[in-house]
Amino acid sequence: MEKLLDTEDEVMLRDAARGFLEENAPLSAFRANRDAVRSYDPALWSEMAQMGWAGVLLPEEAGGADMGHRAAGILSEEMGKTLVASPFIASAVIAATALRDAGSDHLADIAAGQALYALAIDESAKFSPKHSALQARGEGNAFRLSGRKCFVADGASANRILVLARTSGSAGETQGLTLFNLDADRAGLNREAANSIDARDFATLDFDNVEATGDDVIGDVDNGLAAITPALQAGQAALAAELTGLSSGIAAITLGYLKERKQFGRTIGSFQALQHRAAHLFSEIEVTASAIANAGRVLDAGGSSDLAVSLAKARATQTAKLAVMEGVQMHGGIGMTDEYDAGFFMKRARVGAEWLGDYGYHAAIIAAHRGL
Amino acid sequence: MSETLENFRTEIADWIAANLPPELQGVAQSEETICWGGRNWQFTSGAQRDWLSRCHARGLTCPRWPTEYGGGGLSRAEEKILREEMDRSGAPSPLQSFGIWMLGPALLKFGTDEQKAAHLPDITAGKIRWCQGYSEPGAGSDLANVQTRAEDMGDHWLVNGSKIWTSYADKADKIFALVRTDREAPKHLGISFMLIDMEAPGVTTKPIRLISGASPFCETFFDNVKVPKEGTIVGEMNRGWDVAKYLLTHEREMIGGGGGGLLAGSTLADLMGTLDPVAAADPFIQTQAMELEVDAMAFALTMERYKDMAEAGQGVGHASAMLKYYGTELNKRRHEIVMSARGTNSLDWEDGAAATWLRTKANSIEGGTSEVMLDIIAKRVLELPSK
Repeated sequence: MEKLLDTEDEVMLRDAARGFLEENAPLSAFRANRDAVRSYDPALWSEMAQMGWAGVLLPEEAGGADMGHRAAGILSEEMGKTLVASPFIASAVIAATALRDAGSDHLADIAAGQALYALAIDESAKFSPKHSALQARGEGNAFRLSGRKCFVADGASANRILVLARTSGSAGETQGLTLFNLDADRAGLNREAANSIDARDFATLDFDNVEATGDDVIGDVDNGLAAITPALQAGQAALAAELTGLSSGIAAITLGYLKERKQFGRTIGSFQALQHRAAHLFSEIEVTASAIANAGRVLDAGGSSDLAVSLAKARATQTAKLAVMEGVQMHGGIGMTDEYDAGFFMKRARVGAEWLGDYGYHAAIIAAHRGL
Repeated sequence: MSETLENFRTEIADWIAANLPPELQGVAQSEETICWGGRNWQFTSGAQRDWLSRCHARGLTCPRWPTEYGGGGLSRAEEKILREEMDRSGAPSPLQSFGIWMLGPALLKFGTDEQKAAHLPDITAGKIRWCQGYSEPGAGSDLANVQTRAEDMGDHWLVNGSKIWTSYADKADKIFALVRTDREAPKHLGISFMLIDMEAPGVTTKPIRLISGASPFCETFFDNVKVPKEGTIVGEMNRGWDVAKYLLTHEREMIGGGGGGLLAGSTLADLMGTLDPVAAADPFIQTQAMELEVDAMAFALTMERYKDMAEAGQGVGHASAMLKYYGTELNKRRHEIVMSARGTNSLDWEDGAAATWLRTKANSIEGGTSEVMLDIIAKRVLELPSK
């Protein structure tokens, strides 16, 4: 097994990413996007794509940088620190992995940052791909898709859609699902953006007899869960990395505040009650960072990775929750104001907690592995 | 992996195969099977004796110590390979002792050549068993509040006072202790790190019974004990605190290291054993067990990551307090869950789970309390202000 340390290349990547994001995507940029009701900044994304981030998991023949999942995690973590909103996880990680594994010819568009994917998986309030019921009725070599997908990441802004639909069986069965890769302007598709608490893009998608052909199928008909699962795992690891970056980001801001703010004639960071809470938060972030590094390492090694990925996502979810709650509480009243940034971290952490499986979903996978 | 290291692996694997007595292979490490060595040590078997002497002759009781003292002179990478090969072949540790873990590292860093020559060979050979005398009945977490005093009587020191939580003091041959040699100096500055023979007249010990039952802990009393002047103080006179601090870091890493669920190879499921059907269906027990396992696995990876950092020369420094804090709190949580899952079955001492559960309560006290660890993280790692 590889060591749980950044390699020299990875250290360089991290430094470069941090430098770029500090300059081009500080927290104030997120606030500006939020105020302008803009879910992400297309110009920023195009610069990221030019640096190879959109193709981080794609082979060089497709214009990718082929740096692997650890590298994707590093980029995601750095973006998390300043809440950078971008199509990175949905397009550059999840769609890229699914299409790469299926040998699709859409890879170059992803690597160029031009293909923006929406992920139409969820149909209920909780993540569970096998519960997909949206129907894809076969008609010769064609399919007709009807039904509704909710909490579709990047659903309003994307120009392409990955949709998991049922071609046979019923909701809850792992077989009988098929993964389709569609352009977003097909007739019969209606997209309605949500007013998301984290000021990013998710949408409800209604499919009314939307036509798809055999060419739109990724992987095999009725075996779509196998086609999407490794991609979702890659996304879960990247999201876990983002949430860990988010935790470090709010912890750093909070620590700075503890060192400056004076109350009762003392710096509040000198109070032991707050020192111990800050030290505990530091410990949780350190422990979670190990699970993140491990998930990237296991994904890059190939083979079974659900345990490592679920561990990363479960830990990252809990740690981010702690970090944002401590962040707001230790700031006191100002932490509750919209003028201050702490609330942005809390909102993104809540969305990240649900997206791609919450704590309970992933803890159950771990428990099954560990004989509990 | 370099060719030299791969050769070393083959060489050491062959050596183990040729020298490990078959009856020791795969024997689980426990209070009954550990070899502590010392003047009065009774080997549990001829095999235990042979294994110790063969390992010592090869320098493997203290693999990284210099060969001139009976160590193996191995590099960090070689030691790792040795550990891996020992594990792979089911070989028990030939010798454990506070001499290996604590006094040795202190002497190697702070001792004179004479002190090293006088003590290290006896540690590597398992001839002398050491114990540690830091804590005192009145000191608690304020470890530097040392009251045991050593008076300069010209040709010897006269030591009076008492130590507490001295593990295996009743079985040890010698003790390394913190004693006050200057009563006027500020409390951290008047302490010396002193080596005392447990057979000296005036030294007595009394075992301490814990809430979990019998324990290795003792109280140790010094009543007008005469200690020779020559070579009995390690490091500078009155600067024993520096030595003690250095060793505490070692101790923390050791205690915290026991906390990871994966490291001991025993999963929570193993510890809980076969559950009674009602307990197995209890959603609250299930939930707690799941949460614990998530944290335990992530902590085991953290131990691995910190080890990788240390091996890469990226010192973790005061952040090691995090390992101690997190690992011991985790272990307490784990045994709370085991007790809850085993229900009334665990309430009989004969079941064994209760003694372990109660003993874990000391994990977050011994070697520096969790609160002291959090103080260290807050002040030294996060650099939070003191006022």
